[in-house]
Amino acid sequence: MTGAALAALWSHWARNPLQLFTLIAGLALATALWSGVQAINAEARASYDAAAATLGEGRFDQLLPRVGETIPQERYIALRRAGWQVSPVLEGRLATPDGSIRLLGLDPMTSPGGLSPVALGGEDMDLVSFLSDGIIFADAVTAAQIASVVDLEVIVDPSVAPGLALTDIGVAQRLLDRGGVLTRLILAQVQPKGLVPLTELAPDLMRRVAQEGSDLGRLTDSFHLNLTAFGFLSFAVGIFIVHGAIGLAFEQRRTMVRTLRALGLPLRRLVWLMVAELAVFALLAGTLGVVLGYLIAAMLLPDVAATLRGLYGADVAGSIRLRPGWWLSGYAIALGGTAMAAAGALWQIARMPLLASARPRAWVMARGAGAARSGALAAGLLLGAGALALWGSGMVMGFALLACLLTGAALALPLLLRIVLGICQARARGVVAHWFWADTRQQLPGMSLALMALLLAIAANIGVSTMVSSFRLTFVGFLDQRLAPELFVGVEDAREAAALEAFLEGRAREVLPVLSVETRMAGLPADLYGARIGMTYRENWRFLASDGPVWDRVAAGEAVIVNEQLARRSGLWVGGELAVAPDVILPVIGIVADYGNPIGQAVISEALFQRLFPDIIATRFGLRTDDADRLRTALTSEFGMSEAVMIDQKDIKAFSLEVFERTFTVTGALNVLTLAVAGFAILMSLLTLAAIRLPQLAPVWALGLTRATLGRLELLRAVVLALLTAVLALPLGLALAWVLLTIVNVEAFGWRLPMYLFPLDYARLGLFALMAAVMAALWPARRLARTAPGELLKVFANER
Amino acid sequence: MLLEIENLTKSYPSSDGPVPVLRGVDLSLDVGQTLALTGESGSGKSTLLHLVGGLDHADSGSIRIAGQEVTTLDDQGRAALRRHEVGVVFQQFNLIPSLDVAANIAFQARLSAQADPTRIEDLARALGLTDHLRKYPEALSGGQQQRVAIARTLAARPRLVLADEPTGNLDEATAGEVLTQMLDLVAETGAALMVVTHSAGVAARMGRRVHLSGGHLA
Repeated sequence: MTGAALAALWSHWARNPLQLFTLIAGLALATALWSGVQAINAEARASYDAAAATLGEGRFDQLLPRVGETIPQERYIALRRAGWQVSPVLEGRLATPDGSIRLLGLDPMTSPGGLSPVALGGEDMDLVSFLSDGIIFADAVTAAQIASVVDLEVIVDPSVAPGLALTDIGVAQRLLDRGGVLTRLILAQVQPKGLVPLTELAPDLMRRVAQEGSDLGRLTDSFHLNLTAFGFLSFAVGIFIVHGAIGLAFEQRRTMVRTLRALGLPLRRLVWLMVAELAVFALLAGTLGVVLGYLIAAMLLPDVAATLRGLYGADVAGSIRLRPGWWLSGYAIALGGTAMAAAGALWQIARMPLLASARPRAWVMARGAGAARSGALAAGLLLGAGALALWGSGMVMGFALLACLLTGAALALPLLLRIVLGICQARARGVVAHWFWADTRQQLPGMSLALMALLLAIAANIGVSTMVSSFRLTFVGFLDQRLAPELFVGVEDAREAAALEAFLEGRAREVLPVLSVETRMAGLPADLYGARIGMTYRENWRFLASDGPVWDRVAAGEAVIVNEQLARRSGLWVGGELAVAPDVILPVIGIVADYGNPIGQAVISEALFQRLFPDIIATRFGLRTDDADRLRTALTSEFGMSEAVMIDQKDIKAFSLEVFERTFTVTGALNVLTLAVAGFAILMSLLTLAAIRLPQLAPVWALGLTRATLGRLELLRAVVLALLTAVLALPLGLALAWVLLTIVNVEAFGWRLPMYLFPLDYARLGLFALMAAVMAALWPARRLARTAPGELLKVFANER
Repeated sequence: MLLEIENLTKSYPSSDGPVPVLRGVDLSLDVGQTLALTGESGSGKSTLLHLVGGLDHADSGSIRIAGQEVTTLDDQGRAALRRHEVGVVFQQFNLIPSLDVAANIAFQARLSAQADPTRIEDLARALGLTDHLRKYPEALSGGQQQRVAIARTLAARPRLVLADEPTGNLDEATAGEVLTQMLDLVAETGAALMVVTHSAGVAARMGRRVHLSGGHLA
C-alpha cells in the first residue's frame, strides 16, 4: 500500500518537474543564504574563542600597562620575586608580504595550564626545543605567511587562532625588536597567601578580571546580528517561494488525494507519506543549500575578515571550515523552513473532506479572498511598528520593529496593488485596456507572494544603500575633521618625545600629542584624552551639540567633551556632569560624532590630563605642516626617526575608506542575492500561473486577440506589477533606512547618523527590478505566444 | 446477504437547520446481483452510495457489508473496507493524472496488495485499452477514461462495485458500450453492482431498480 501511494505521490512531481524545481531551488536558495551567513558567523566566533583561549582572556586575570605603554621586564621579575604567580606576554604585529600577523610570545615555564600550543605536548615536541630552537606555532595559513619572513621552524597547529603565531617570549622580543619589554602579565588563578597587594607593588598596572566569553565576541555581536538579520531576510524571501510552490502543488494534488482516499488509503498514512516526501525534499534542498551556502560564505568571508580586522582588530580565518554543527543547522533550517511553508497546506489536506474537489484556480483566488484578513493583520503590524518606534528601546526592539515593518508592508502590498489596479481599470479606455487591468487584478492573488518577495528585496536594497551612502558621506566628513594633521609619528619614550617636540619647534605649524588613558567613566569602559587645544581643534571639530565657547572652557580645564557613544550609553548630554577622575567632575560642554571606534571617549585639556595622570606621556603625535614631505625628510635625515613610525594622513584616510568599503561589501552582496531570489520567485510564479490560466486566456484569444499579443500583454503585466511594487517599496525602503540609522545603528555602534537621500540610486535600483521582472516574464510570455491552438481549444472542449 | 442497509438517515446542515436527505432507508443486495438506484437530482442517490462506500458518515441506521458494520468503523477501518471489499466508479472518472493508464489500472490492486499483471492485461484487453497503456489520462477521451476507471475498480476484485453515474459524461453510443463491458466484467467476477443513474436506459439493464424520493426508497 505504502509503495503504491508513494509512487502516486511521486508521479505528480515527475509530471510537474518545474514545480519540483521551484520547490527545491527556493528551499536551497533560502537555506544557502541563511547557512552562508551562519557559516561566516560561526567561523568568526570560533576565531574569537580560539584567540580568547590562547590569550587566556576568559580564564585568567591580567595586568595591563596604560594605553600606549609597555611593562618593563624588570617589573615582571620584581613581581615574581615578591611571590606573585605571573607570566609574561609580549604581543605585537610582525610584517609579512601579505600584510601582518599577530605574534604572541609566551613563557611556557610560567604560563598557567592551557596557555600554550597544543602541539607542544606532542610526541615530537618538547619544551627544550621550544625554548632553545625558537619554534613558532601557527595554523596552516598563518604558518605559510610567517615562514617567508622568519628563519625559524614553523609548526602547523590547527588549535592556534587564525592570524596568530605563538612562540617563546625571548624569540618574540627578538623578532619584534622589543627586547626587555612586555605587553601584559597573566595572573595565575591561585596565588600564595600573604602577598604584598598589587596596588602597592604595581600601582601603574591595571588589573583586568577574567571574563566569560571573549571581548571580541561581545564587541562584534552587533555586526554579526546585522549579518544574521540579512540572512534571515533572504531566508524569508526564499520561503515565500517554497510556500507558493507547496501550496499550489498540494492544491493540484487534491484530486489525487481524494482518489487515493476513496480507493482506500487511510488519511493518516497519506499525511505521513506527504510529510516524509517533503522531508526528503528538504534534506535534498538542504544539502544543496548548505553547499551553496559554503560557496557564498567562502566568497564573502575574506571581506568579512577584512572588515572585522579593520573595525575591531579581530583576526578571523579567511577560509571556511566545515563544522558539523553548521551542516546540522543548515539541515535544521531547511526542514524548519519546509515545515513552516507546508504546515498550512498539510493542515488543509488533513482536514479536507474526502469528497472535496480540486480547483487550482480557486486556490489561487482563495488567497485573494484572504486579502482583507491580511490587510487587517498588516495594519496591526504597521501600528505595532509605529508603537515600537515611539516607545521601544534596545537592539532586540530595533529588530522587532524591522520585522513588524517589513512583514506588515509585505502583507499590505496585495491590498494596495488591488486598489491601484482598480483605479487603472476604472480609467481604462478601450476594451483591451479594460480587460488588461481587470485580468491583472485577477492575477494578483497568484502573484502576490512573488511580489511581496520583490517588495522586501527592493526595500532592503533601498534601506541598506541609503544607510551605507549616508554613512559614507558622514564618514568622509568625519575623516577630514579628525585626520587634519598631515603627518602622524610615534616615539619610544619620554626622552625621545621631549627631543621630538624640541626638534619640531619652528618646523611644524602645530604639534598635537596623543595623550590617553584607558579608564571607566559613567560606569562604562572609556578612553580619556588630553588635547593640546589650538587652531586644529577649533577649526576642524564639529559638534553634534554644544553650549558656549567650548574650546575656551575645555582649555581652561572647566569642561569636558564626550563622544556620541559615551553620551548615548550613559544618558549624558550637554549640561550634564561627568567624573573624569574620582575627584574631578566636569560639565559636559560638547558632544562630538565619533565613527572610528566602538567605545566611549572624553576629551579634556592637556594640562588637566597631565595633572591627573602625571606618569603618562604621549608617544604618538599628530603634526600640522604645510609641506609634509619636507618635514618627513627632515625627521628621517636630521632627527633620525625611522620611516616605519611615520604615517601619512593620506595613507590613513585611504586605509580607513578601504576598511569602510569592505565593511559593506557583505551586505551589498546579500542585497544582490536577495534581489536575485525575488526575480526567481517572479519567474516561478509566472510559469506556475501560465500553466493554470489558459481557461482565462482562451476566450480572449477566441474573440480575436492573437497569441503574440497575449504574450506581449503578459510581459507588460509583469513590468506593470514590478513597477508598482518598486514604487511602493521606496517609502518602505526609506523607513527601513530610518530605522537602521536612528535605532539599530545607535544601539549597535552608539552613533546616530544623518540620513541623506540618493534619488539616482533609487531610480537605478528600480530599473534593475524592472529588468529582473522582464527577464522573469520573457520565458512564460514566449511560451504563451507559442501555445498551440489545440491546447486553447481544449478549454472549450472541457477536456483539460 | 452482501449488503444490508437498515433505517439509514442522513441530513446536511444549512442556515435554516438540518436538511434531511435520507429518512430511514432499507435496502439489501446479494452477491452477483445488480441494482439501479434512480431519483431526482438532490434526492440523495449519491449520498446513499457514498455512505455505503464508507466515503461519508450516516446520522443513524446501519450498513453491513459481508456482515461488517460500516457505520461504526473509524477512518482506518473505512479505508480498509474501500481497499478490500468495495470499488467505486465515479462519474468524473477520478484517475490519477500523473500516472499512466497501466499504473492507474493497477493502482487499487496494488493498494490492496492484489496486483496481478495477467488480470490487468485481461481487463485492458476486454475494455479495449491495450493500445493506450502508456498514455496519460489527459490524452484519452471521456469514454476511454471511464473504461480505465472501471478496469481499476475491477482489478482489485471488490465484492461490491458502486458506480455513481458511470456513463453520465459519455455520449449515448459510448455509454451503452461501456455499460455492457462493465456488466460483463462484474458478472464474470461474481461481484454485486449498485449503480446510481438518471438514465432509464441504464436502469433498465440492471437486475433490480429502486427509486429514491423524499428520502425513502420506493
